[in-house]
Amino acid sequence: MTAHKRIERRFTALQAAGRAGLVTFLTAGDPDPATSAGILEQLPDAGADLIELGMPFSDPMADGPAIQLASQRALAAGMNVQKTLDMVADFRKSDDDTPIILMGYFNPVYAFGVDRFVKTAAKVGVDGLIIVDLPPEEEADLCLPAQAAGIDFIFLTAPTTDEARLPRVLANASGFVYYVSITGITGTASAAASAIEDAVSRLRRFTPLPIAVGFGITTPEQAADVAAVADAAVVGSALVNLVAGNLDADGKAKSVLKDAVLTKVRELAQGVAAGRSKEPAQ
Amino acid sequence: MEKLNTFRSGPDDHGHFGIYGGRYVAETLMPLILDVERAYNEACDDPAFAAEMGGHLKHYVGRPSPLYFARRMSEKFGGAKIYFKREDLNHTGAHKINNCIGQILLARRMGKSRIIAETGAGQHGVATATVCALFDIPCVIYMGQTDIERQAPNVFRMKMLGAEVRSVTSGSATLKDAMNDALRDWVSNVDSTYYLIGTTAGPHPFPAMVRNFQSVIGEETRAQILEHEGRLPDTLVACIGGGSNAMGLFHAFLDDADVRIIAVEAAGEGIETGRHAASLTAGKAGVLHGNRTYLLQDEDGQIEEAHSVSAGLDYPGIGPEHSWLFDSGRVEYVSITDNEALDAFHMCTRLEGIIPALESSHAIAHVAKIAGSLGPDNVLVLNLSGRGDKDLNTVAALAGVEI
Repeated sequence: MTAHKRIERRFTALQAAGRAGLVTFLTAGDPDPATSAGILEQLPDAGADLIELGMPFSDPMADGPAIQLASQRALAAGMNVQKTLDMVADFRKSDDDTPIILMGYFNPVYAFGVDRFVKTAAKVGVDGLIIVDLPPEEEADLCLPAQAAGIDFIFLTAPTTDEARLPRVLANASGFVYYVSITGITGTASAAASAIEDAVSRLRRFTPLPIAVGFGITTPEQAADVAAVADAAVVGSALVNLVAGNLDADGKAKSVLKDAVLTKVRELAQGVAAGRSKEPAQ
Repeated sequence: MEKLNTFRSGPDDHGHFGIYGGRYVAETLMPLILDVERAYNEACDDPAFAAEMGGHLKHYVGRPSPLYFARRMSEKFGGAKIYFKREDLNHTGAHKINNCIGQILLARRMGKSRIIAETGAGQHGVATATVCALFDIPCVIYMGQTDIERQAPNVFRMKMLGAEVRSVTSGSATLKDAMNDALRDWVSNVDSTYYLIGTTAGPHPFPAMVRNFQSVIGEETRAQILEHEGRLPDTLVACIGGGSNAMGLFHAFLDDADVRIIAVEAAGEGIETGRHAASLTAGKAGVLHGNRTYLLQDEDGQIEEAHSVSAGLDYPGIGPEHSWLFDSGRVEYVSITDNEALDAFHMCTRLEGIIPALESSHAIAHVAKIAGSLGPDNVLVLNLSGRGDKDLNTVAALAGVEI
């Protein structure tokens, strides 16, 4: 199995360029597979440095209404794990550099079959996994098999993860560390910039891995604040809301939907790029 | 399968019953789950906790609940001697209160100032609101919009007891969605809040803790049947949704190989119709709400809606210990349809003057099926887990009566 190490290469390149990265989250197949694939293909040009692709699930209990509704739209449009992997395979025909991280919940993967999932994901060019309901305590289920196949397994750390617990969470972390900046669900509250800075510097004492910060980042300004201290800023609900806001009365994508999402990605990318220049000279 | 010395030693230190159970939760919740486990273990080692709980069970809940010989029902079927374990006589009308007493005392020990819970039929919500009134702790109950409409009397009860009932409209707006929203609330209020889970499901330690708080049912039954019959029962029967009343009755008997143990799932409109809640009979293993267990799901691993006339059994999963007992073959799992349960509801009411909950009526219906074929020496204990007052609107509506 060839380990592509796209995530590692991308963060090395970002570091060399002296800037943080933008990680975009969209649910695969939202609002329909064709529109979703069309957006995905153009995300790198719009400024996404890493791409998180949500695997829709009926019961996303760590997510807020925006991402749950995105899951429901995608499922109604017939999305499933196989089609998500197919979408990645298509994307790889035109882009072999941008890391793709599949994000979701364990049950659809478990139903698909862990071995089959890991093999197919590695083959089509998936670089990492974030599985919200698989803490390190259950790492045997998917984390270890995925890493054996050369796929990074990205762990979440939260404000509730104290210093006694951090080594356990980071023990098998690979790719990068995802800091959940609030105690809450996606798309609701935002953390104060100072709290994020404290949390990131605490994490850096425990891990050499890049640190991405997510939950509650909706504006280019917030993205810039995060980019000033972290290695990447993750934006999800704000993009998903633009999908939801550009549907017609029948729930079909309006012609402007794709541009609305990509325009927002460009603005966020500018915010992230400006982040480090706001930092005081050292 | 490997032959075990005991069926009563689970779960292991990581909360697994065989491959089931575990702690499948987001990292934000993980430290809280570990806190609950630590606090629960400390409480178990503290005689003062058991003494306090025992006092409330005796004086507030009204335990021990009677073990009643159902003479007319036994005569009707001309077979087994049928006993009812009368959990319906507990304060608030069901077994749910046993667990709520235990967990509210734990929440107080942990210094929590706010309680949340999910409810389907509203029995767990009422029991939670009751103990929160008793201990003067604010409480929020999550309930699916669909269930709020069909369980109006219990919604009113919860509100009278001082609880805030939050209507859940996400997903399918039923019990599983109420549990999703309760988990979302918990993740957003980690410092103040204790999540009082109502059944033997969820992340470890909840399945084991709720079972242990409910095990008083089986322990009392064991002593009471020895008093009545001078020996252990031959057969135990209980209904299962999440499975807490069944685990409560069964656990004390799991290692008595001569005791036949039967759990009854809700077959709804019939297993073949796809509209049922029989996770073991017709589901497969998966991960939801913090544990690996049998679930109703489609081939893509998306959770399906459950269907049962009884809102308390209307959940697409089941406690992980039941999944393990199912695989091991120690407990027999059968299913009963809505119509069979309704017939049993009326039969019990007329024969014994006891109006059973629709949940418990599933167990009665299965007893009706098998009692005649069991010999007159067969001593059978049925867990009458709750009373049917809450179901009068449902039963009346099905009979075309407006009340």
